[in-house]
Amino acid sequence: MKEIAARRLPTDRRGRLVRAAMLMVLVLLALSFVRLVTHASDLTSSGTFSATLRVSIPILLAALGGLYAERAGVVNIGLEGMMILGTWFGAWAGWHWGPWTGVLVGVMGGAAGGLLHAVATVTFGIDHIVSGVAINILAAGATRFLSVVAYTNVSGAGITQSPHVNGTIGELTLPVLAGGRFFGLKTPDFLGWLERQHWFFVSDLGALGKGLTAQVSLLTLLAVALIPLTYWLLWRTPFGLRLRSVGEHPMAAESLGVPVYTMKYIAVTISGALAGLGGVFLVLEEAGIYREGQVGGRGFIGLAALIFGNWRPGGVVVGAGLFGYSDALQLRSNTSIHGLLLFIAIAAAAVGLWFLIRSRVTTGVAAVVVASLVFWWFAGTKAVPDEFISITPYVVTLLVLAVAAQRLRPPAADGRPYRKGQAQ
Amino acid sequence: MLLIHQSPVAAFKDMAQFGIRTDSLIYTVNTAIPLFLSGLAVAIGFKMGLFNIGVEGQYTLAALLAAYVGARVALPAVLHVAFILLVAMIVGAVLAGAAGALKVTRGVHEVISTIMLNYIALGVTGYLLRTRLSQHNPPGDFVTKTKLLAASGVLPSLNRVLHSLGVHPPLGSDLYGFLPIAIAVGVAYYILVWRTGFGYDLRATGVNAAAAQVSGVNPGQMIMKTMLLSGAIAGLVGMPELLGVFHRYSIEFTTGLGFTGIAVALVGRNNPVGIAFAALLFGFLERSAQILDLEGIPKEIAVIMQGVIILSVVIAYEVVRRVVQAQEVRAAAEKSKGLGPTPREEDAA
Repeated sequence: MKEIAARRLPTDRRGRLVRAAMLMVLVLLALSFVRLVTHASDLTSSGTFSATLRVSIPILLAALGGLYAERAGVVNIGLEGMMILGTWFGAWAGWHWGPWTGVLVGVMGGAAGGLLHAVATVTFGIDHIVSGVAINILAAGATRFLSVVAYTNVSGAGITQSPHVNGTIGELTLPVLAGGRFFGLKTPDFLGWLERQHWFFVSDLGALGKGLTAQVSLLTLLAVALIPLTYWLLWRTPFGLRLRSVGEHPMAAESLGVPVYTMKYIAVTISGALAGLGGVFLVLEEAGIYREGQVGGRGFIGLAALIFGNWRPGGVVVGAGLFGYSDALQLRSNTSIHGLLLFIAIAAAAVGLWFLIRSRVTTGVAAVVVASLVFWWFAGTKAVPDEFISITPYVVTLLVLAVAAQRLRPPAADGRPYRKGQAQ
Repeated sequence: MLLIHQSPVAAFKDMAQFGIRTDSLIYTVNTAIPLFLSGLAVAIGFKMGLFNIGVEGQYTLAALLAAYVGARVALPAVLHVAFILLVAMIVGAVLAGAAGALKVTRGVHEVISTIMLNYIALGVTGYLLRTRLSQHNPPGDFVTKTKLLAASGVLPSLNRVLHSLGVHPPLGSDLYGFLPIAIAVGVAYYILVWRTGFGYDLRATGVNAAAAQVSGVNPGQMIMKTMLLSGAIAGLVGMPELLGVFHRYSIEFTTGLGFTGIAVALVGRNNPVGIAFAALLFGFLERSAQILDLEGIPKEIAVIMQGVIILSVVIAYEVVRRVVQAQEVRAAAEKSKGLGPTPREEDAA
């Protein structure tokens, strides 16, 4: 059994990687084409990709947090609240002792929220969603209260915001390719030069490279490093196997000597810690301060990315990147969003053809109809209302769920309270 | 509170004294009415194990559309109000029904779909209010809002009734005319859930879905009906404010009632009387917390108290349930002593 798995998995994974890479190239080709047609240069500018990276990270961290909890069978709707705790504690400690202490304390704040969720759901066995909702309410109230206590007589701060964080996290730029410094020497910015040529596809590739390698904050690197780390920890170590077994079949896990409660506690606390890190990231990389309502539903979008990604790290990354991209474009220019409509029309038409070739007529026709509607929208208007852009991630999630809910596979015991020694 | 060096006892005393003044009581009841409705909307889903987190979006969009449509029609007084309520209920029901349909036909979990629909509904509300449905403001007025409702579409306050009862509220303190309607909805909820065949099926599904299905309940139909009902009640949540205070939809509407409704339903144990008390408690906390500000205590402590109340109440219920269960197991074991082998604990549990 083990040998078969060992023999089959690598090729399987390589096939999946090749397919993912091909899809990426196709998407970039289509985007490049749309850029040429509509002159919406921000669709593939390095600025947009860099913004995408920055906007995606909090969503990604929340989603990774959700991954740990749900893989251990605990639904975590409280991610939003844990992120809020992360923003407040991160900003407070950052103001006192500098950004890196802020990171640490923010993570601890989020972890405390996770621990509370674990106490409520694992020890007391109350409904996971009830506890999560309560934590969201509690976190919003608690941070408001703490702000009143901590910031009432502080200049530049108040009950809805903190003072500026003391200092910033450093950032790195890749030498030679993106024009970073190398031992104090200035190096050429090859990718930036490539981007400025506005060649079809090649320049877009250059912009993507530059966006992902220039002025990347150390915190971003840390967050990105967490993706392979999570995969390795959950799928390649005994600890991960135990953690996932608890989410699939806690009774079986218990009978094999896995400490189910402990595993759940660890998973949910890690979950809160990651959400807290996402909150700190918002504070340190976007605003420099804590502001009330700063999280703004990113915990929920993270949850959406988790489901979109089928409870797997790779899928989670794609989901977070997709939601981040639509957000980043909105921040930069409305013409680009308008151009994106053409891209969606092309993508929907391609999907429709794919389904028609595979003789799944209903889905195919539906996709083609959607494609023509979107194209009609693109041709008939000049701009897209802001509100529609902000709801895009939610619409996409609903569509994905509506089309592919049957193929998604959450952990089998996800969301079910578990009592030690229960029969079924 | 001890953390910030204030005496909790004195604070509670202040809160209580301030909280029982006539205008405070009216404020409490007024705050409680939408919370009560929101709690009912969530509770009817809970009763069969469905979680409608979308009340927030449902009532917001419903309030906007009801205000818009209501301002465009001319109808006699009672009919006009009824029409507005009907529009609101339909909008709420459609939104919740969409989540229900996704669950029944595509297997999408309702918690996820209602969260998504929440944001979508709030986004659409913002868009419609900004572009399509707002009136043209005179220069200098920057509050986007729909047109004012005609007098026939407005519910009078209940202060005249209070006067005849010998209570004279101070100026500017009006008891919502929506109160009797809310009570009627509460009674209807009780009758529907506890006194009809549909309610029996609903509760049966909530206790044991598999058993209910075996006994002939169609789960898909139950989900659809319950979500539609829940959404219809949710549509009413914004109505006390629309018909009683603003008479139009604007960005000044209270937000967050849907989320607090979840808490109210939890604390009230899905029971109409319990929900009413929970709503009153939350309204009272909100009102009486205002005095704390004057005493130098942050009033945000009320929100924390709400959160703590929910968690502790829910945990307390769960612990009590488990203690009772353990007693039953023990009692069953006692009874069966000498009759044969003792039943295994798991079977009883």
